[in-house]
Amino acid sequence: MEITRKAYSKSSAIQKKKKTFWKAAKNQKMLYAMSLPFVIWVFVFNYLPVWGWTMAFQNFTPGISFFEQEWVGLDHFIALFQDERFYLTLRNTLAMSFLGLLFGFTIPIIFAILLNEVRHSLFKRTIQTITYLPHFVSWVVVAGIVTKMLSTDGGVVNDILMGMGIIDQPFQFMAKENWFWGIVTVSDIWKEMGWNAIIFLAAIAGLDPQLYEAAKVDGANRFRRMWHITLPGIRPTILVVLILNIGHLIQIGFEKQMLLGNSLVVDYSEVLELYALNYGIGLGEFSYGTAIGIFNSVVSIFLLFLANGIFKRYSNQSVM
Amino acid sequence: MKKGIRKLSFKNHVFDIINYSFLIMVMVVTIYPFLNVLAISLNESVDTIRGGIYLWPREFTLNNYFEISKYDNLITGFSNSVLRTVIGTVLGVFIQAMVAFTLSRPDFQGRKFVSTVIVLTMYFSGGLIPGYMLIRDLGLMNSFWVYILPGLISAFNIIIIRSFMDGLPMSLQESAKMDGANDFTIFYKIILPLCKPVLATIALFIAVGQWNQWFDTYLFNSMNESLTTLQYELMKILDNTSMGGGQDANLMRSTNEQQNNLVSPESIKMAITMVTVVPIIVVYPLVQRYFIQGMTLGAVKQ
Repeated sequence: MEITRKAYSKSSAIQKKKKTFWKAAKNQKMLYAMSLPFVIWVFVFNYLPVWGWTMAFQNFTPGISFFEQEWVGLDHFIALFQDERFYLTLRNTLAMSFLGLLFGFTIPIIFAILLNEVRHSLFKRTIQTITYLPHFVSWVVVAGIVTKMLSTDGGVVNDILMGMGIIDQPFQFMAKENWFWGIVTVSDIWKEMGWNAIIFLAAIAGLDPQLYEAAKVDGANRFRRMWHITLPGIRPTILVVLILNIGHLIQIGFEKQMLLGNSLVVDYSEVLELYALNYGIGLGEFSYGTAIGIFNSVVSIFLLFLANGIFKRYSNQSVM
Repeated sequence: MKKGIRKLSFKNHVFDIINYSFLIMVMVVTIYPFLNVLAISLNESVDTIRGGIYLWPREFTLNNYFEISKYDNLITGFSNSVLRTVIGTVLGVFIQAMVAFTLSRPDFQGRKFVSTVIVLTMYFSGGLIPGYMLIRDLGLMNSFWVYILPGLISAFNIIIIRSFMDGLPMSLQESAKMDGANDFTIFYKIILPLCKPVLATIALFIAVGQWNQWFDTYLFNSMNESLTTLQYELMKILDNTSMGGGQDANLMRSTNEQQNNLVSPESIKMAITMVTVVPIIVVYPLVQRYFIQGMTLGAVKQ
């Protein structure tokens, strides 16, 4: 194949180039057969839905052709911006996103650094094995577990709080609006902390041990070594993960909110995607639901570019 | 000077003690809920209502598991979940590895095009409603294939496999080519066996994703009981307050009528939770040594 490439670059005449291209293409027909069907596949399942965005500008009626649809311009967006519920769900989405970013991002870093200070390798491995486990369990199970742990009859959290005399009677965590954001954030940390620490642990493992030796000789204590060597050492990794997290900021998903939420806390649990789901599929307002989805994507792309821009300015690097 | 060193090592000890205690606490908080669920699922269900079951069943019984095994939807759900996990994983790993192989070939003309089309999918999505409409228009609603087809190609996984393949020596392929092997044979006979570690990681990712998925059942197949999945059944049973309520009551009633003894919903929930969690706990240590490698590889390349 080296020969093919050389021949390709040497040929100056377009005619010859074309000929070599088709000749090579014929030689590579198996490679095409192995990949092109899946390009079509991706086109159908990933690109085609974007065409569905046109629904947001129509009064979409299922069953009639694209050309027969009634076009309404930005009406659905105007209706969206006039709906109080929209602002409520936007608030919930942003609040839970920021909480998730703030804690879901920093706590794994702290956890990785602390874990790195453990010298017993068996202990370290055991902790890793155990803390990775919840990542592999579904949100359905996690929601069930969280509900069970916080329940008023026999939930361990209430039992402990009552045993310590902090509260007199069981506290209904799941029924309190003000607690919902916190419960979602903590559940997420419980589920993903260990898993999200993997990349930081790998980055720490890649640091030069001589740096630590030198710092030790200079009399730097553990905290100073963590602060002046470990943290700056994994700074590039931290930044990349941060940018990616910011890009996903508003796409927090809706699984946790849908599974942990209930009718008592709906004003705090409904996020944009659930709002889209309820309107779009629940009520059959496909156009309105699509408009919500588009808004969600646009905000998310805007945040990604913003974060990347800031990142570029400070580090002359880009993650995109 | 001496005093300084002693002070330092004393501080070190204090730090170690605090650090170890903290990490042990993390461990307990992570593992306790699972042990608690297990204990309750193995405890006699009337006795459970009295409360106070923490780490160990008070009156050991397997009755809760017998009870849930009589629930038809759960059996259907279980077999559908196994089926989608096996089919989805085998097909997914094979196809993603195949596409990754073509992208790892520097001489492949279509490389840039194929790679761009696939990688771009990581940065956008049509969203919930258009995706739903597409599945509907393709006639995939009320069909088992909605579990397999839409997510068959994952850009993230392909990138991970491809970066692993990039690390393999080209000379292997060249000598096979000399012997007259075609590209598919090279992929199937030479590259695939060498990629075992990374494929194990990807298989784990896909299998876990398939096993844990419930939303596609909820969205596309909730009308068709023969296509239900285990996670969806669990979701309905856990979700007492809203739509799942009726279903839950049905289960309780049917099991009570058959057995004529009271099985508390609590025990049923915990037993079903265990049934969905145990397969993961069994499989995951087997592939654990592979996935960290895969994770870090993917993250770096991203």
